[in-house]
Amino acid sequence: MLEKALTGSKRYWSWLTFLLVVIGVGFGCYLWQFLVGLKITGLSRDVSWGLYIAQLTFLVGVAASGVMLVLPYYLHNAKAFGRITILGEFMAVGAIIMCGLFVFVDLGKPMRILNVMLYPRPNSILFWDMVVLNTYMGLNLIIGWTVMSAERKWVKPPDWVKPLIYISIPFAVSIHTVTAFLYAGLPGRHLWLTAIMAARFLSSAFAAGPALLIVLALVIRRLTRFDPGREAIHKLSLIVTYTLIINMFFLGLEFFTAFYSQIPGHMQSLQYLYGGLEGHAKLVPWMWVSGILAIICIFIMLVPAARANHALLGTTCVAIFIALWIDKGLGLIVGGFIPNPLEQIREYSPTAPEILITLGIYALGALVVTVLYKVAVSIKEETGGELAPH
Amino acid sequence: MERSRRRFLKTAGLAAAALGTAPVVKSLAAQTKVLPSPKAFKGQQWAMIVDMRQLTEEDIAAAVKACHTVHNVPQIPSVKEEIKWIWPAEYENAFPGQATRYANLPEKFHGKHFPLLCNHCENPPCCRVCPTKATFKRPEDGIVLMDFHRCIGCRFCMAACPFGARSFNFSDPRPYLPNGQAPNPEFPTRARGVVEKCNFCAERLAVGQVPACVEAVESGALVFGDLADPESQVRKLLRENFAIRRKAELGTGPNIYYIV
Repeated sequence: MLEKALTGSKRYWSWLTFLLVVIGVGFGCYLWQFLVGLKITGLSRDVSWGLYIAQLTFLVGVAASGVMLVLPYYLHNAKAFGRITILGEFMAVGAIIMCGLFVFVDLGKPMRILNVMLYPRPNSILFWDMVVLNTYMGLNLIIGWTVMSAERKWVKPPDWVKPLIYISIPFAVSIHTVTAFLYAGLPGRHLWLTAIMAARFLSSAFAAGPALLIVLALVIRRLTRFDPGREAIHKLSLIVTYTLIINMFFLGLEFFTAFYSQIPGHMQSLQYLYGGLEGHAKLVPWMWVSGILAIICIFIMLVPAARANHALLGTTCVAIFIALWIDKGLGLIVGGFIPNPLEQIREYSPTAPEILITLGIYALGALVVTVLYKVAVSIKEETGGELAPH
Repeated sequence: MERSRRRFLKTAGLAAAALGTAPVVKSLAAQTKVLPSPKAFKGQQWAMIVDMRQLTEEDIAAAVKACHTVHNVPQIPSVKEEIKWIWPAEYENAFPGQATRYANLPEKFHGKHFPLLCNHCENPPCCRVCPTKATFKRPEDGIVLMDFHRCIGCRFCMAACPFGARSFNFSDPRPYLPNGQAPNPEFPTRARGVVEKCNFCAERLAVGQVPACVEAVESGALVFGDLADPESQVRKLLRENFAIRRKAELGTGPNIYYIV
């Protein structure tokens, strides 16, 4: 089936070439980092995780959100999603590959990465994150590929794939819960030490991921002969609306606990992020853009006519994705380190090579998703997107 | 066919030989087991008392210098990449949340710095989060140690430590050795990409020497000993004086006590 990715329009090839160039630049920067160390990043003794680990966190959410198609389709028979579950599954594969790479480029001693398996410590959440992420990626790849092969042959998927699909549902929840536990169990990091961390992660993931899926579905409809279906996009937009509202509600809960209790440690990181602390306010404009965008988007998405207008829907979904990316792919991780354990403020901003490595990994993820989508869409174009009767 | 059979037999023969010699190699390896020095100090939970009544700024400087020289701790000028095992800090940074707008520290302590180092916690969060067991609490004496050769540099321990006790080698530390000296051959230098911190001078305790910082402070304001031994100097000091610990409310069980 992969041969379908080897034929394509000029536009397809120029897109791949563009991605390869960005990957090449990122790879070059990584080689430099590999040779001289993480000193070329903006990371410090005090902000010891930054852009890389924040992208891991954000993208685990994008990966988990594939379940927002799989669960309604397989458990509630939401037929509209049948045409596009494959898009969710393959998006998850691309996202997890990026997650793995973001962990890898963040390591000081990447050549020792197998130590995680050679000397595992089951107490470590990072160990479990590796286990669930790899399992989830494997599940999605196997499920997606098998279902797609069956679709191509116009037969019903083999029975053995059903249990895997059901297992993949709790695994989707688990990958993001475990990722939240990386942060939520650390004494002395007040911004992260919150019982609703995993719930916040899931809600923002289930808004950002489906928002991205809507954008991808709209792009696919414009560029190919396969139509993901109005009904599927409509259902997804409802999911995005409600999860986005829940996400902002959760954020409000954090503010209440911190500022009504008036416990300094609980307030400081939020003060740093949204108002600045002792004159340090690098992230403040970003966080306000994120918050305001999210609130405007909620109001737009609540209007049925606005959701039905696909040009507006696409733009709004891009805005939602950006708003949630700023919140989780930038503010949440960096904010947790400020102030430091000695209540000093050392700010962080990523350096150019760090940003280029990050973009390179995103381009690689986009390449994987493009190739997988190309195969999937080519098959959909042959079959008209209809599924064999089950 | 002929050739592949020969190759198979060759491989199988080599494998059998390897299996046969494995026990021999193992027993030879067992013979090289390292015995502890008869001079080694023994304790169940090492701890340190910092007697702030006696400690001077010069003492702290001497302790930092001794520690960083003995352990080849690089002196990197940038605050971002700084590596420190023991360092001075002001009261409000050492004990955040304790300082009030009306000075709550007796006047004789005003302007004084507190020496900070790894607390060798009873329940260390850094060890809990390490995915490779590269940092661990040594069961026999409670020291929180690092295996520089196993650390993958994920820096989870740095996020987990509520005391800021851990540093990461963002670049090759060797050009920054203290005072431009040749490294101390008794202790390894580190490579770029690993985390490091105070090891309570485990290598010195093993040969019957007190920690370098304790030795360097001539006034005796740093006292090292076994908390589990009721007759030890540290237990005696704690019986007779009021001492505070950093962020004891987090439940990590810090083992550095400050008498104020």
